[in-house]
Amino acid sequence: MQAVEDIKPSYPLFRNDEYKEMIKNKQVAFEERTEQGKIDETFQWSTTLEYQELNFKREALTVNPAKACQPLGAVLCALGFEKTMPYVHGSQGCVAYFRTYFNRHFKEPISCVSDSMTEDAAVFGGQKNMYDGLENAKALYKPDMIAVSTTCMAEVIGDDLNAFINNSKKEGHIPQDYPVPFAHTPSFVGSHVTGWDNMFEGIARYFTLNHMAGKEVGKNGKINIVPGFETYLGNFRVIHRMLDEMGVAHTMLSDPTEVLDTPADGTFRMYSGGTTQDEVKDAPNAITTFLMQPMQLEKTKKFVENTWTHDVPKLDIPMGLEWTDEWLMKVAEVTGKPIPESLVKERGRLVDMMTDSHTWLHGKRFALYGDPDFVMGMVKFLLELGAEPVHIVCNNGSKKWDKAMKKLLESSPYGVNCKTYPGADLWHLRSLVFTDKPDFIIGNSYGKFIQRDTLHKGKEFEVPLIRMGFPIFDRHHLHRMTTLGYEGAMYMLTTLVNAVLERLDEETRGMGTTDYNYDLIR
Amino acid sequence: MARLRQCAIYGKGGIGKSTTTQNLVAGLAEAGKKVMIVGCDPKADSTRLILHAKAQNSIMEMAANAGSVEDLELEDVLKVGYRDIKCVESGGPEPGVGCAGRGVITAINFLEEEGAYEEDLDFVFYDVLGDVVCGGFAMPIRENKAQEIYIVCSGEMMAMYAANNIAKGIVKYANSGGVRLAGLICNSRNTAREDELIMELARQLGTTMIHFVPRDNVVQRAEIRRMTVIEYEPAAKQAQEYRDLARKIVENKNFVIPTPITMDELEKLLMDFGVMEEEDESIVGKTAAEEAVAVA
Repeated sequence: MQAVEDIKPSYPLFRNDEYKEMIKNKQVAFEERTEQGKIDETFQWSTTLEYQELNFKREALTVNPAKACQPLGAVLCALGFEKTMPYVHGSQGCVAYFRTYFNRHFKEPISCVSDSMTEDAAVFGGQKNMYDGLENAKALYKPDMIAVSTTCMAEVIGDDLNAFINNSKKEGHIPQDYPVPFAHTPSFVGSHVTGWDNMFEGIARYFTLNHMAGKEVGKNGKINIVPGFETYLGNFRVIHRMLDEMGVAHTMLSDPTEVLDTPADGTFRMYSGGTTQDEVKDAPNAITTFLMQPMQLEKTKKFVENTWTHDVPKLDIPMGLEWTDEWLMKVAEVTGKPIPESLVKERGRLVDMMTDSHTWLHGKRFALYGDPDFVMGMVKFLLELGAEPVHIVCNNGSKKWDKAMKKLLESSPYGVNCKTYPGADLWHLRSLVFTDKPDFIIGNSYGKFIQRDTLHKGKEFEVPLIRMGFPIFDRHHLHRMTTLGYEGAMYMLTTLVNAVLERLDEETRGMGTTDYNYDLIR
Repeated sequence: MARLRQCAIYGKGGIGKSTTTQNLVAGLAEAGKKVMIVGCDPKADSTRLILHAKAQNSIMEMAANAGSVEDLELEDVLKVGYRDIKCVESGGPEPGVGCAGRGVITAINFLEEEGAYEEDLDFVFYDVLGDVVCGGFAMPIRENKAQEIYIVCSGEMMAMYAANNIAKGIVKYANSGGVRLAGLICNSRNTAREDELIMELARQLGTTMIHFVPRDNVVQRAEIRRMTVIEYEPAAKQAQEYRDLARKIVENKNFVIPTPITMDELEKLLMDFGVMEEEDESIVGKTAAEEAVAVA
């Protein structure tokens, strides 16, 4: 029983005998539970090669896809603009999901509204909802811009955002010149990264498509940075820092660092920071536009090249040593600003760290999963460290991603034993880490269940999870870390090598059995 | 109370489903049957001849006004017309917006929840939009709803093509549930050998032509007055035709899983009856200019 003066959470409370008995009784009396021997047998079978082959023949079922849906990305994109309210045209529950998803990752309140389409809106179309929704959202929350995306329901019935928004203006629900950029974001197509791309294109389109007169490439002397679906706040900050150190004027197009990291000083900030409308309007005047996550910004790229007529540099995500080098050199090339001593020094420090740790990381085997660009960058860095990626799962990875990844793996002897799995899910990965055990898994919080399952088979089968990616719900403040640039590589290196050392300590802690290697100095 | 029979009427758009349904339902009512018509078409014109109304207020229209479907009561939407025939219209959006199929689903769920089928009824007729464009318009033939399907058609190619397509749709539901094809109703367009042609199509689909409804201007005269023929001119020959159709439906026991035919088989049938001419494969894809060269 709980005692008022000593309230315990489920663990360790349920370890008390009375609860153990209660759970046992429930299983016996109500659960019609299969006998333990059969459960164990099935579990063991699910770890075999035979099961893996069946698992990979799966056609109709996805188990833990390791991706989210388009409007989630659209909401994140909108949050990066000054005084902008993300508005999702569709059903209410979807928006509750987006908000909680970000709440749990960023540990921040997330402002986002829905126009709450119900049964009659599904039949008659959601125009009336949009009329009221836009008018109310503007009156209640006083944003300077409302960025509209959609849920499946509105997409299936074919609601036309362009017409609805124009009609809302014509009918006087919102002023004619009030900015309401939009993007159609059907959840059953693409993933959260596609949604980010669509929303960004929508915003760029709204502010620049019909305002290109007088715009001239290079006129403002700045460069544009488009982050894509980025949830490491440190990544926004490190890009700003590096460019500031170079003396390169720049515009971060979508920057949610302030609103997703507000101080606890007694003031609630519904809006904070973000890219201004003027900055977006001025963006075509930049020297060029850098796409930080090129694999997921295809629509943006097309728009920037065709409408802004920017010569978009062909680069990879600046993760790890070489791709950061290339990124910085490209920035230096297009702006004519040399790479400053401070960044050269920072690079040197990273190289020093890599050599300090390489004995521990060399030959270590990693399985990893996540968004297309993130896994590309991660693999690149692992190869630079002499670590071996072995299984790469990217549920929202395209054929193009697969080709690029294979090419990258071929470029290094550490990549030869690695296989790529675009479109696969975490249940596939579970099979892979049982049949061809890596030392670690790199991925988001959902990987912890794979770690549990591998441990259940036996300590020697356990594959520990290293938490990197999105979402990370079960560890705090990792969203504030950095994965881009030299600084990001330092964080990733620190995380990786310490995971290796932590694991080694765990394995060599056996008093009188393995502690001959339980060293003070590693 | 006899077991409630639920029937759905399908067929190509404009073939005369609503007119046929209302006239035959009038015939059933005249014979003392208790009948309800459920219009499943956003145009909401399935009950006007029974109610002498332009268009009945539909469930979806009233739900939108009331705020939600939950705020509606059955008596708000159920109207009673000629010989106590009960009438409801699902309704739906104007062309080009929203989702009419969802409207049918919402409306029929509402009727079930409100117990519209629990009343003393012998027949329910669903009059469904011509083209079964999405799952919503198949709602009337989902499990525990219409068990008998009648397809209205005529001796024209597209009407028969549509009938065959509907038969294909029925097969999907028939294999998993109790829905069956109950027959073709030929609503005559006065084409040559029409009755023989539809009988042959029915045979190939594994069913029968349950009745041949001849063309008669009295139908239009009655329709202008928003009445069925049976009510407008009970002694008319056409009124007797609808009475016959009603009687045949009451007596019908021929419920089958249809055997839809292939496009080639359908074309052959049409060619045998001279509705379609044999295709000349050599002219396919040739422009006028190319043909001129070939002739020269």
